[in-house]
Amino acid sequence: MGKAEPRISVPAPAFRPGDTPGFSRLGLPRPGHHARPDILADAAEIRDLAFGLVGVLDEEANAVGDWAPGLSPEELRAGLKTMVLTREYDNRMLKMQRTKRLSFYMKSLGEEAVAVAATQALDAGDMLFPSYRQQGALIQRGAELVDMMCHCISNSRDNLKGRQLPVHYTRKDLNWFSVSGNLGTQFPQAVGWSMASALKGETAIACSWIGDGTTAEGDFHAAMTLASTYNAPVVLNVVNNQWAISMHNSISGGKAPSFAAKAIGYGIPGIRVDGNDYLAVAAVTRWAAERARGGGGPTLIESYTYRGEAHSTSDDPSKYRPKDEYEAWPLGDPVERLRAHLIKLGEWDGEQHEAWQAECKQAVADAWKEALTYGTLEEGPHAPVPTMFEDVFTAQPWHLRRQRQELGV
Amino acid sequence: MPQMNMMQALTSAMDVKLAEDERVLAFGEDVGYFGGVFGVTRGLQEKYGSSRVFDAPINEGAIIAMAMGMATNGMRPIAEIQFADYIFPGFDQIISELTRIRYRSAGQYTAPVTIRTPCGGGIYGGQTHSMSPEAFFTHIPGLVVAMPSNPYDAKGLLISCIESDDPALFFEPKRLYNGPFDGDPNKPQSSWKDHPKGEVPEGNYTVPLGVADVVREGSDVTVVAYGTMVHVALAAAEAEGVDAEIIDLRTLIPYDIDTVARSVQKTGRCVILHEAPRTSGFGAELAAQIQEDCFYSLEAPIQRVTGWDTPYPHAHEWSYFPGQERVARALKKTVEFA
Repeated sequence: MGKAEPRISVPAPAFRPGDTPGFSRLGLPRPGHHARPDILADAAEIRDLAFGLVGVLDEEANAVGDWAPGLSPEELRAGLKTMVLTREYDNRMLKMQRTKRLSFYMKSLGEEAVAVAATQALDAGDMLFPSYRQQGALIQRGAELVDMMCHCISNSRDNLKGRQLPVHYTRKDLNWFSVSGNLGTQFPQAVGWSMASALKGETAIACSWIGDGTTAEGDFHAAMTLASTYNAPVVLNVVNNQWAISMHNSISGGKAPSFAAKAIGYGIPGIRVDGNDYLAVAAVTRWAAERARGGGGPTLIESYTYRGEAHSTSDDPSKYRPKDEYEAWPLGDPVERLRAHLIKLGEWDGEQHEAWQAECKQAVADAWKEALTYGTLEEGPHAPVPTMFEDVFTAQPWHLRRQRQELGV
Repeated sequence: MPQMNMMQALTSAMDVKLAEDERVLAFGEDVGYFGGVFGVTRGLQEKYGSSRVFDAPINEGAIIAMAMGMATNGMRPIAEIQFADYIFPGFDQIISELTRIRYRSAGQYTAPVTIRTPCGGGIYGGQTHSMSPEAFFTHIPGLVVAMPSNPYDAKGLLISCIESDDPALFFEPKRLYNGPFDGDPNKPQSSWKDHPKGEVPEGNYTVPLGVADVVREGSDVTVVAYGTMVHVALAAAEAEGVDAEIIDLRTLIPYDIDTVARSVQKTGRCVILHEAPRTSGFGAELAAQIQEDCFYSLEAPIQRVTGWDTPYPHAHEWSYFPGQERVARALKKTVEFA
């Protein structure tokens, strides 16, 4: 033993490129382990949920335990279909980025349930404050692929007039807020939005998502403090996909036992859920939404999942984590697990699945073809150049008018 | 007509808007029960209840983000930042979010938030209670920036900000809360009582954004000022016997270039005043724009009289503050330049 002295430590992931990945160390509870508390349960009574893992689908694809949400076969099929469509959309957009038709893209492989199941569990009037990896929620809300594509290539039909980089969607008509790009800023905004809803006597709540890395931002603490102080009707999600670009979640998590456990100090429920279990995500989100609507205030949900691909098209994950780590992820694939469950229920089969995949591929290809008819990133047409000077203020002040004239438009 | 000091005028503005528009809310640190550390929200919680006027956690980013979230859901929040020096933890929410949401969403979402914050020195506030950080904010696209110099304008401008569909940052020169201040710290505290701009109507009226006020007409030199410096300019011109045309900008973004340019084209000379540090201060923007618009009228270099490029010192407050003497010297130099 050396003599005791202060020393810092910098966390490192268990596995780096070249290592054999494994997750046996996680020691996660089995599906069905946790009881589902009353929606207005005292946060102090349900702290175990912050350290455990709410799961519904077991290894045999059965829905087990208290949290089974009782979704109808129609709802489950709709969820599965949206996840498959999201995945096909992502695949196509990545390809288009690789051929330089898009400047940038971010896939959601492996995290589809986190967005789709949560959105299905909410009301259409609830406002979503997403980060950049919840495209599944937008599709679940009914966005047309062609509109999403037109935004991503900033063509003449881009509803954001070419002002935002790809995947930073805004859709007020679908109660989807505006994806920022500065991490975590939407978290406290969602709290404010939900407070306004309550002040107006409306039942709509807000739901927001950030990543594990973003919990280090001050805005996480801002949102938690506001939500706790004002008992805001908001569902706050931390998508723990293990990685923040190249940084393992231990860099933001430090010695915290879980991200859900951060809720305890704020006196609000923290629930860790298997993010690759469609039924569990839906169940936990529904619990939190009912609690918020019932006056019980906010909930922090940690969706435990794994980022199946790169952070974005700008990084190569094989440079910082084992290539096969995703395959080793013990909680499986959200699409495969829901598919197996539906098949087990006799509500789906392999043929139907293949047919739907083919249909999605075709729909995505058709949408892409249509999107291009409205212009491309490189060649346009884009929104007319003078629109660049619009929407800065309600009315264009003299200095912007002069600058527009200086540009000659 | 009722007489009000600037604090009472500001309270009155919020009172009027809270009464007539249920979308209006007011919150910030100590804003609720206590009525604010300067008492500007005093009595409002009692009158409108704690769901419309309330205390907020000491987290400026949270306060501004909450206001923005509420505003995108139909509210018109007035957020108080206790001192302008404290606003920086909320800077990201202002620069990246609040002021961009209209643009970023192509007009789908708007955030009509008014941020009120006391600024400026002269109260022995030291370096963390004296700043005039307006230049950081005039650099942000999409933000209205206003700073009144008297109770009448304070109320009318604040109501304009609250009614505006754009986010607005409203600076309150705290040295003017109780009375006009001409830069001489040795004089007894003056009062807004008997000052014509201390006459403030009870009800709703507005002072339009983007419109400057020529507070003194003159022909020798144009002085462009705002906030406390308007009063310093008046006193300095008087003391120096200079026939200055003194313009109170009132709104910094968008500022009233027409009034400024017309005046400089008339006088041919210009002195710009602000309490904030000089380098990259708002005076630099004004000087650049004035020379672009008035180059052929200028008969002397444009002068700036400003705070120094140091933090606002505690003991040497009055050596830092751009007082009458320094302003008078600049006026003289500019007027005599041949």
